[in-house]
Amino acid sequence: MGEGRKIRVLAAKPGLDGHDRGIKVICSALRDAGMEVIYTGLRQTPEQIVATAEQEDVDVIALSVLSGAHDYLFPKLMDLVKAKGMNVLVMGGGIIPEDDIPALKKVGIAEIFGPGTNTDQIVEFINKNARQAS
Amino acid sequence: MSQKENLDKLAQEFDRWNEKTKQGLAKRPERKPDFVNTSGIPVDRAFSPLTQPDFDYMERLGLPGQYPFTRGVQPTMYRGQFWTMRQYAGFGDAEESNKRYRFLLEQGQTGLSVAFALPTQIGYDSDHELARGEVGKVGVAIDSVKDMEILFNQIPLDKVSTSMTINAPAGVLLAFYMAVADKQGVTPGKLTGTIQNDILKEYSSRGTYIFPPQPSMRLITDIFSFCTQHVPKWNTISISGYHIREAGSTAVQEVAFTLANGIAYVEAAIKSGLSVDTFGPRLSFFFNSHLDFLEEVAKFRAARRLWAKIMKDRFGAKDPKSLSLRFHTQTAGCTLTAQQPKNNIVRVAFQAMAAALGGTQSLHTNSMDEALSLPTQEAAQIALRSQQIIAYETGVGDTADPLAGSYYVEYLTDQIQARAEEYIKRIDEMGGAVAAVEKGYVQKEIHDSAYRYQKDIESGQRVVVGQNKFQIDEPPFKDILRVDPAIGRKQEARLAELKQERDNDAVKRSLASLKSAAAGTDNLMPAIYEAVKIGGTLGEVCDTMREVFGEYKAAAFI
Repeated sequence: MGEGRKIRVLAAKPGLDGHDRGIKVICSALRDAGMEVIYTGLRQTPEQIVATAEQEDVDVIALSVLSGAHDYLFPKLMDLVKAKGMNVLVMGGGIIPEDDIPALKKVGIAEIFGPGTNTDQIVEFINKNARQAS
Repeated sequence: MSQKENLDKLAQEFDRWNEKTKQGLAKRPERKPDFVNTSGIPVDRAFSPLTQPDFDYMERLGLPGQYPFTRGVQPTMYRGQFWTMRQYAGFGDAEESNKRYRFLLEQGQTGLSVAFALPTQIGYDSDHELARGEVGKVGVAIDSVKDMEILFNQIPLDKVSTSMTINAPAGVLLAFYMAVADKQGVTPGKLTGTIQNDILKEYSSRGTYIFPPQPSMRLITDIFSFCTQHVPKWNTISISGYHIREAGSTAVQEVAFTLANGIAYVEAAIKSGLSVDTFGPRLSFFFNSHLDFLEEVAKFRAARRLWAKIMKDRFGAKDPKSLSLRFHTQTAGCTLTAQQPKNNIVRVAFQAMAAALGGTQSLHTNSMDEALSLPTQEAAQIALRSQQIIAYETGVGDTADPLAGSYYVEYLTDQIQARAEEYIKRIDEMGGAVAAVEKGYVQKEIHDSAYRYQKDIESGQRVVVGQNKFQIDEPPFKDILRVDPAIGRKQEARLAELKQERDNDAVKRSLASLKSAAAGTDNLMPAIYEAVKIGGTLGEVCDTMREVFGEYKAAAFI
């Protein structure tokens, strides 16, 4: 990586979904892997998430949605990220049908992780892809 | 020989057997050095009467339908009738969900269970900005009595019992239900069913809170008091361990945190002036049925025995109905895999069997596609069939509490109770369940267990068939249910229509009197009922209460 600073990750729960077991487990795993992790807590609007990401100067936004609202929330968040010209790696996870993934990647979500993913796959993905010029 | 002599002789035999077995381990080692279950309970090589040498049958078990209810809440259990088969369902709009309910009833389901959309659960109408993208996704969107009428179209509310997974706005949905019953000519006294109405586990595990704890507890006790008078057969709360377990707790934590929440509700109701035996009989519970088969059976038995003790010793309840813990069970969604999803049918069947052996009063069996989407009709049918097979074909319902007397099951039952009592003691010392949740203690305990569980899976110590062992290359599962994205607009149009038709001045006046009831101490239910009967929406009623009560801001404990 070369830079002295640890990778900073914003773990976020957009929308009204209350399932936070997965995102909290990922927070712990990323911390154990040496990253700095900020967790937003529940019920964040895309606007709030992007504002926090800017304020905290994060390298990664990790989104978790299990309610099916990813099809609305993820693209909306990406619009804001692009409008602000942020250089940030955005990834998502939760209950996201296979068929929805191409459209999410097209708007700029770097990767989608589904149920059964090992946390070390996520750590590896972040280590490889964070802080790359977009 | 006396019993003591028998035990002494057994002890000698057991020692010899243990020595001999240990010698054989060098050649044939066991699968792991220590067997300890997820709750941290050690599991011996074999259990025997030596495990609990002072076991007092009447004290620990009693008879079915009698204190301490370890063996079940009715004397005849499933010899009378099977548990209620109640599949949690709802998606899209009221028309679509009504179709699914009628399908399930035709297929032999015996009770309804309504899943609401997230905006509905959090008290937003479908046209609210925060509802965008969420309407109808995880459950049915209900904004007013109009939607509720369509939801129960051609379903006679005096014949069917309905469970509603609704918490922060539980009183509003109950009022909708009463209004629909009224239109069907069914009086409130005839209504049977349940509202979940359990806010404390929303703060710790499930996330659909609206108001801060104090006004939320008042809403709950107002509902207890209102139903005692007007809807006497209604279960006023379903104190839920299900979501605590789904969030990652162990079986012991599930029992402990659920009963600690139960204690908080009973205390709040007594403080509001109700006597324990007026509302005690209408308290109900909701547990998870997870993978460790015998631990789960023991868990249900331990929960019954511990609740009976709490109600008797702590609160002085006398009515046997106040002492008996009646519960609904759902199989564990979190144990289902997206990989090789058909394997989930088998997991669900075992979990459902544990619930039956544990004496559940009603049961939802999860669909095999749970890790992928809401259930398709076919998946829902297989899930229902699974519990029908257990009930009608396996014979487990022919005698009460069939696993009683198993040395292992009785050991686990005792262990779970003792360990749950330890937790409850700690929570008492913190000032009770509300304080423990506000401090983040419960959340942290649950998270630590969840993280440990995940690490065990990733290290391979815990095998998940098809996920971290016995994997195959498989194409993505295609047959999944999708909710029509036009539902949001449909609901918006229906709301606009409602606001045209109704007497807006009367709605305004009724919301004003709800507001003054909220600011004062009057029971809120009559004012809520009046408002919704004339077309007040869920969002309007909840917003009125938000103005007085404010909103809960959760700290992110991690």
